[in-house]
Amino acid sequence: MKTYIYIAVMAAVTYLIRVIPFGFFNKKIRSVFLRSFLYYIPYAVLSAMTLPAIFYSTGNVLASVIGTVIAVALAYFEMPLIVVALCASVAAFLAGFI
Amino acid sequence: MSRRNDFRRGAVSGIPIFLGYISVSFGFGILAVKSGLSVLQSTIVSITNLTSAGQVAGVEIIAAGGTIIEMILAQLTINIRYSLMALSLSQKLDSSFTRPHRFLASYGITDEIFGICAAQKEPLRPFFMYGMIFISTVGWVLGTFLGAAAGNILPSRITAALGILLYGMFLAIIIPPAKRERSILLVVIVSALLSISFKYLLPIISGGFSVIICAVAASVLAALLFPKKEEEQA
Repeated sequence: MKTYIYIAVMAAVTYLIRVIPFGFFNKKIRSVFLRSFLYYIPYAVLSAMTLPAIFYSTGNVLASVIGTVIAVALAYFEMPLIVVALCASVAAFLAGFI
Repeated sequence: MSRRNDFRRGAVSGIPIFLGYISVSFGFGILAVKSGLSVLQSTIVSITNLTSAGQVAGVEIIAAGGTIIEMILAQLTINIRYSLMALSLSQKLDSSFTRPHRFLASYGITDEIFGICAAQKEPLRPFFMYGMIFISTVGWVLGTFLGAAAGNILPSRITAALGILLYGMFLAIIIPPAKRERSILLVVIVSALLSISFKYLLPIISGGFSVIICAVAASVLAALLFPKKEEEQA
């Protein structure tokens, strides 16, 4: 029972974090600075989450670096998301045997 | 476009997320059972939270017998980045996105769903997000269940290699626009350099906090150097 209370608290906090800005904020932001800030945020968030975490993502740094190089190259040539993701995984898998 | 079409388009866009989630949550399922949760409890955590780092921290707190306060603080710290993402997405919603739709779709704002939604050219419609949230949640919950129930079946080499999937997808989201816009390239590089510095020079700062600090700093810098006029924005 106690575990379920913890799970409920966890879920409630996580939902509130999402719903307060998304559910209640419906003004268009006029400030050029704020609009620019929010325009750049997605790229900044994804970049900070990926680096350096991607190098540790497979438990083998060399294999992860090889997977990363493959992903960067395919992304540069604008391959679809799923192709980039799967090829990075396959490359890391194969590099794991080195 | 009809709701059904929107839903289908969202679900198709979410296939990479589905594949990534099913493998990542498989790992979460294994971890949750190791921490003493039942298969049912592990699955309920994934259905109700739909977040990776927050769930891992939560399960660790439960296993360690931590307090409710600790649970609240940990979730706030790790997941507060969703507030920034939610605020950013709130600026590109279609007029059909009424408040009840916003309450529902809030459930599904994750790093990956945010990433794909933010990359859309046109305003977001509710059923597009529902389609993506639906397929992603199925992957997340199914993976958790399978990992919790039968974690040790897949060879560890395969589960390990699957760990890179979602990061590969992130790179595929940020690199093409960084090629086209110098300002985005700057954001990506500054944010990555800060994140790498935090990891090695200030390891006391938790991953969740570090992402927020790096992202805010890089975006403020870019907003000051390269302000975007409204008509330039998608």
